[in-house]
Amino acid sequence: MDALTLDAVVFPDHLKTLRQDVRAFLREEIASGAITPKIDQWLSGWDPAFSRRLAARGWVGMALPEQYGGSSAGPLARFVVIEELLAAGAPVAAHWIADRQSGPSILKFGSEEQKTTYLPRIAKGECYFGIGMSEPDTGSDLASVRTRGTKVDGGWVLNGTKVWTSGAHRADALIALVRTEPLGDSRHAGLTQIIVDLPNPGIQIRPIYLMTGEHDFNEVVFENAFIPDSRVLGEPGSGWAQVTSELAMERSGPERILSTFPLLVFALRALEAADEGVDEVRFGSILARLWSLRQLSVAVAGQLDAGEDPAIAAALVKNLGTQFESLLIDSVRALVDVEPDLGSEDELARMLAYAVLHSPGFTLRGGTNQILQGIVAKALGGRA
Amino acid sequence: MNEITKALTEAVSDACERHPSVTEAGGEVEWNAELWNALEQIGVTLLSVPEEAGGAGGDMSMAVAVLQVLGEQSAGVPFAETALLGAWLLSESGAPIPDGVLTAAVAEPDVTLIEEPGGSWTLDGTLSRVPWARYADHIVLLVDGNVVLVERQRASVTPGSNMAGEPRDRVEFNRVAVDTVFTPVDDAGVSPQAFAARGALARTASMAGAARRALDLSVRYASERQQFGRPVKAFQAVQQLLATLAGETLLCGVAAESAAQALDVDPGSLLPIAAAKTSASKSAGEVASVAHQVHGAIGVTDEHELRLSTTRLWAWREEFGSARAWAKQVGEIGAKAGADGLWAALVNGR
Repeated sequence: MDALTLDAVVFPDHLKTLRQDVRAFLREEIASGAITPKIDQWLSGWDPAFSRRLAARGWVGMALPEQYGGSSAGPLARFVVIEELLAAGAPVAAHWIADRQSGPSILKFGSEEQKTTYLPRIAKGECYFGIGMSEPDTGSDLASVRTRGTKVDGGWVLNGTKVWTSGAHRADALIALVRTEPLGDSRHAGLTQIIVDLPNPGIQIRPIYLMTGEHDFNEVVFENAFIPDSRVLGEPGSGWAQVTSELAMERSGPERILSTFPLLVFALRALEAADEGVDEVRFGSILARLWSLRQLSVAVAGQLDAGEDPAIAAALVKNLGTQFESLLIDSVRALVDVEPDLGSEDELARMLAYAVLHSPGFTLRGGTNQILQGIVAKALGGRA
Repeated sequence: MNEITKALTEAVSDACERHPSVTEAGGEVEWNAELWNALEQIGVTLLSVPEEAGGAGGDMSMAVAVLQVLGEQSAGVPFAETALLGAWLLSESGAPIPDGVLTAAVAEPDVTLIEEPGGSWTLDGTLSRVPWARYADHIVLLVDGNVVLVERQRASVTPGSNMAGEPRDRVEFNRVAVDTVFTPVDDAGVSPQAFAARGALARTASMAGAARRALDLSVRYASERQQFGRPVKAFQAVQQLLATLAGETLLCGVAAESAAQALDVDPGSLLPIAAAKTSASKSAGEVASVAHQVHGAIGVTDEHELRLSTTRLWAWREEFGSARAWAKQVGEIGAKAGADGLWAALVNGR
């Protein structure tokens, strides 16, 4: 059960300076009114100007090497930056997916031309990506994708539909997982990842509104969309292995713990403003759980930093962390008397409503918790 | 885990397997003298105590790694009480560390140090739930900021136990003569609070070990137990229980190790230990109940070894400060940090 051996990590001293720099920058951004803290901003906080300001300080594309405009800072340094952004509730959605998974995926599997085309723009906070994995009939069972890529002269013609593509209506590109060979004996064979530049005359993007009325997600319909050969990511047919690697990046980060953390800060601020004490036992219980989960998430980043592949630990972190994100909401409800209301002038009432209405998504996005639990159980060994 | 710690934990694990600890049916944990001797030979019984004070050297991270192994093995030896508490109090006071087994306690408010006519000192009063007291050669007390060392034979010990059958004894001092009163060196940081924190860290590490054993037993049982013609592990509902066990177990272990690292870097940091103990206590309850659910009825019996781990998890989560008391500490630190300082406090550990 080596998957469960995870060494705790102490951040090296030089990252303390980085952390202070990020905090000072965020304080200034918030104080000047340039950004407004909210929860779940890695999904919903689309602010290209903020993304560019971050990138100007070297805080986008930190996982990318310098030759492609990144800073080669490594997973632990990137972890420090992104957890500070998440804790502050900063609007990071525009560059989030490109920074987290599309960029690193292109670096790992892409052609030299793809790297020089996309990576420097990603690192500048100017090039945003969507995820083209799920389909109307394909959720947890990703290998069942039916969007088809047909080989034609000079490229591929795509037909099919992707859903839940956050930010597709504003993104510069997405990476689509498509079936390029008929379904054979292995469901995992014959799948290919293709970089799709947007807009494209053969692609329609339709909004899927959340129950808050927000437009983050989209349905992306391919109707004979032509994509040139140069946009195949990696080898045709190797899409499954690539998408698995991408999912590890998608699942392991602190955004699977901290999506609602700003709500706890809002609650404490409201209690302070009302000069009311906090129920210390209840408050301490939720803080303690957060402290431990964060240490777990840091330990996963430490493994990534050491060049290891903590896929199982990442699945565990996401399973526990996303449950915590909802637990935090319940703790806030127990700590403060407040009626959730999206239209309220009261910040806490507004943010609580926003958090409650976003909460079902926490344990669904990036792989449902039930699927993650299956992955973990399988890795635990024993006969089954 | 570094190479030295790895070698150490392997040696301790081997020793535990060579000298398995026994709990009588329905009863008390037996003092495992053979294991203690083996641990002395390995040289870990005074781990984390500085070499210049007569200890084995090493830090809290190493001690926590050893405690996880001992917890996993339900080992009947007072390593935490000897090294992390008794010998710590003595070494921080410049006092010699005697051979043998130690236990330790904070005297206030139940026991007082009395200056007798003529200038000699005696202890008077009764302590409850002192771990392993009946098997200790000496008892170390933190009394009114000072440290005293008493031969156990001079006290009157009434056996008691925790839910796992581990000794938690009543110790009565009836004007017991104290030879020397030691004073901790100035910057030692010896206090009842520091004592409780070290004890809490020890129990957190032990819980991580016990959780690991409960998980391993559950995975094994779910693979072997057949129902409806297949191993129960084949059922998704059971797989999800195992995943819960794995998550809480991993969380416990990382919390204990992180808190130890924090203490090694910054001996004054309280939040990491308070948070780790609070969180681990919650995980311990979850692990115990889910492990029993996986095992079905056989797990609740006296003959099944699962109870060795689960009764420890239930007992340890309230020792050296209840889960509630530590949660309150965390809450106080968080409230003091305030809305603007909350995140920084979580990151910095103070």
